[in-house]
Amino acid sequence: MIIYLIFLFVLLALMVGAAIYSIMQKDLLYAVIGTGVISLVLSILFFILQAPDVALTEAAIGVALTTIIFIITIRNTVRYEDEHDRKENK
Amino acid sequence: MKEVLEIIGALFVLLGGIFLFLGGLGIVRMPDAYNRIQAGTKATTLGGMSLILGVGLMETSWLIKAVVIIIFIAFSNPISSHALARANYKRKNFPYLKNTKGVDAYKDAYLNENKEEQS
Amino acid sequence: MIQIIIYVTFGFMVLGIIFSAWRIMKGPTAADRILALDTLTTISVSGMVLLAYVFNRFIYLDVALIYGVLGFIGVLVIARYLEGAL
Repeated sequence: MIIYLIFLFVLLALMVGAAIYSIMQKDLLYAVIGTGVISLVLSILFFILQAPDVALTEAAIGVALTTIIFIITIRNTVRYEDEHDRKENK
Repeated sequence: MKEVLEIIGALFVLLGGIFLFLGGLGIVRMPDAYNRIQAGTKATTLGGMSLILGVGLMETSWLIKAVVIIIFIAFSNPISSHALARANYKRKNFPYLKNTKGVDAYKDAYLNENKEEQS
Repeated sequence: MIQIIIYVTFGFMVLGIIFSAWRIMKGPTAADRILALDTLTTISVSGMVLLAYVFNRFIYLDVALIYGVLGFIGVLVIARYLEGAL
């Protein structure tokens, strides 16, 4: 059972790291990728906590719908928070 | 018979795990975005298919749904890999080539096409 | 025997997840990060199937099935956006 706890703790650390990354990132496209990682890990956590129906809903909404809506928003507005970030990232 | 199938399925699961690890290692170690696409998509496709087939062999009544998941992985992973490589090429991140002239045959056609559109 | 093999496989999967997360954090271009997200999705689908075997529930395979169907749509949309064709 200890190996599943290690798996769980790695996933929790990954989720917290992805949340911090998604907040601190200046490029909004990379923040959307961080949101995708959060949704993925959250789905596996619901799975481990024995709630497959919630995991199913989270997988359907978090992966497909949220990403598409955020990408359409970024396309219609701007990708970078500041203008001078445009030079650093390709 | 059941024990033999369980042993074979466990070996498939171990092989799948090794290939998933090699895919992650290739993502870290490869020098170029295209090499990373090769390592990260092909190795994990093989690893995932092998692992799911191994689980389907260990529990024989799960085999049909496992084969359905394998079919979906075999459809969806090459599509995303192809779209990714194409998008990276259209952003003018050309492949890392050393001492190989004329290998990238799409580059000249793509640049000519762009030139015609601009003029 | 089978228990040990499943433990070793989970160890390999954890290493793959850590490497992919490192590439998402570090990667120089946008394509690297999206590729790492795609790899993370495939590893997670495999992990879900193996966890379904560990918990011995047939219904848990449905989550992996939905993830296998829908997981590539996000990658496809981001790739089309980067190409400029969306």
